[in-house]
Amino acid sequence: MTTHYVGDTAVLTQRTMRHVTRSLDTIVTTAVMPIAIMLLFVYVLGGAIETDTSSYVDYMLPGILLITIASGIAYTAVRLFTDLESGIFERFQSMPIARSSVLWAHVLTSLGANLVSLVIVVGVALLMGFRSGAGVLAWLAVAGILVLFTLAVTWIAVIAGLTASSVEGAGAFSYPLIFLPFISSAFVPTATMPGPVRVFAENQPVTSIVNTMRDLFAQQPVGHDLWLALGWCAGLLVVAYLVAMAVYRRKIA
Amino acid sequence: MTTTHTIQVQGLEKSYDELQVLRGVDLDVAQGSIFALLGSNGAGKTTLVRILSTLLRADAGSARVVGFDVVTQPAEVRDSISLTGQFAAVDEILSGRENLVLVARLRHLQNPEGVAAELLDRFALTDAAERRVSTYSGGMRRRLDIAMSLIGNPPVIFLDEPTTGLDPQARLEVWQAVQQLARQGTTVLLTTQYLDEAEQLADRIAILHEGRIIANGTLAELSRLLPPAQVEYVEKRPSLEDVFMAIVGTDAVDPTDHPLTTKEAR
Repeated sequence: MTTHYVGDTAVLTQRTMRHVTRSLDTIVTTAVMPIAIMLLFVYVLGGAIETDTSSYVDYMLPGILLITIASGIAYTAVRLFTDLESGIFERFQSMPIARSSVLWAHVLTSLGANLVSLVIVVGVALLMGFRSGAGVLAWLAVAGILVLFTLAVTWIAVIAGLTASSVEGAGAFSYPLIFLPFISSAFVPTATMPGPVRVFAENQPVTSIVNTMRDLFAQQPVGHDLWLALGWCAGLLVVAYLVAMAVYRRKIA
Repeated sequence: MTTTHTIQVQGLEKSYDELQVLRGVDLDVAQGSIFALLGSNGAGKTTLVRILSTLLRADAGSARVVGFDVVTQPAEVRDSISLTGQFAAVDEILSGRENLVLVARLRHLQNPEGVAAELLDRFALTDAAERRVSTYSGGMRRRLDIAMSLIGNPPVIFLDEPTTGLDPQARLEVWQAVQQLARQGTTVLLTTQYLDEAEQLADRIAILHEGRIIANGTLAELSRLLPPAQVEYVEKRPSLEDVFMAIVGTDAVDPTDHPLTTKEAR
């Protein structure tokens, strides 16, 4: 039944997108926490942080965007888990539809919902004084990296949704992901951190992704950070996808 | 073995770790009949239905639905069946109409809106069509669930405990829907723990107990399984409940010695 792959995925994506548009609070709450962190850092802590950018909001926005995505994908895990619990998942599995389109629908919905949240957060950042002279190409590059990052962590969310034993568990996996930007170059330059923390911060995926976006916004040449960032995103994406598919196949055996 | 049987099950076994749920189930369901699988909780009814609807793999034995093997031809089986599970598998956030349109689209039908409108009408849900399913009563939800299963007119429908948790009125509604299905020639395999439900609906009844079919026949045939002495004292026909208790009960005659075990019953 693979001939219907695209059509089935489109129909199911439309269904999950309705779940998002009918509970807009999921988009709002996804955006609220990163915005709160942004306000806190810019207006409370930011004055004490030395960075090489003209304004602190310019410095931290890339990290805030990653936090937005990390908190947004928790809802993907929850929606998938709810489908599994309610029995509608089994109904789909017993129907003649392309089997993995059920997962792809959730992944595409995650992408759509996160993009909306990201636009809201960028809008608030602009109100707070974020400015970038970046051209269309640089913005597209930023968008591309964000899409890639969203896909990678969404597949991690799929694993969480498929394996969780409670709604709380399905959502809670995202906490470490939300926390990861704090131990990176997202909020303070890594040079200020003590030895081992600095080693971790400089070698985890968030730092290279954040540095790349920051350079793109600041119209600086992107160095090897870009390749490192792309490598991390693509690597995470492939591994998470393969694991998610293996879990899925075992689940529907 | 003839091909007139829509569902053919032979020697089906399934274990979860140490727990043997199915210990060699044999079963044939004739085309266009309502077949009730009767058993207590944990008897293995749901496991059997999940294997037949390609959601679960058996450890041993074979099962065919409309001639297709559930293991080697799952796509063909899915094309021919519809499953209504123990819990209404409806999308709470969508409206009733949207649920029906969704399934019609996934079954690749020409006119999803038309199919939805017709089923809403048939199941008396037109007034509630635009409401979110989360506002529906248990009976409405179950009716919608069954309506979703009818889309595309699959020749075989599995109903796993369709009336569990429903009030008497909703139960009656579901019964009517099932009877209507059989009149159209759909083969219905129904599991239930309610004896009167099997008595009311089924052309044939099989009793699944501890992973085996211990009796299989029409209601009249099963009634004859009662020890004759008891029949003499009761004026009206013994209820199925008496039959069930008599052949399931540990003090009863060893069920495998009964004249109507699965093998002889065919």
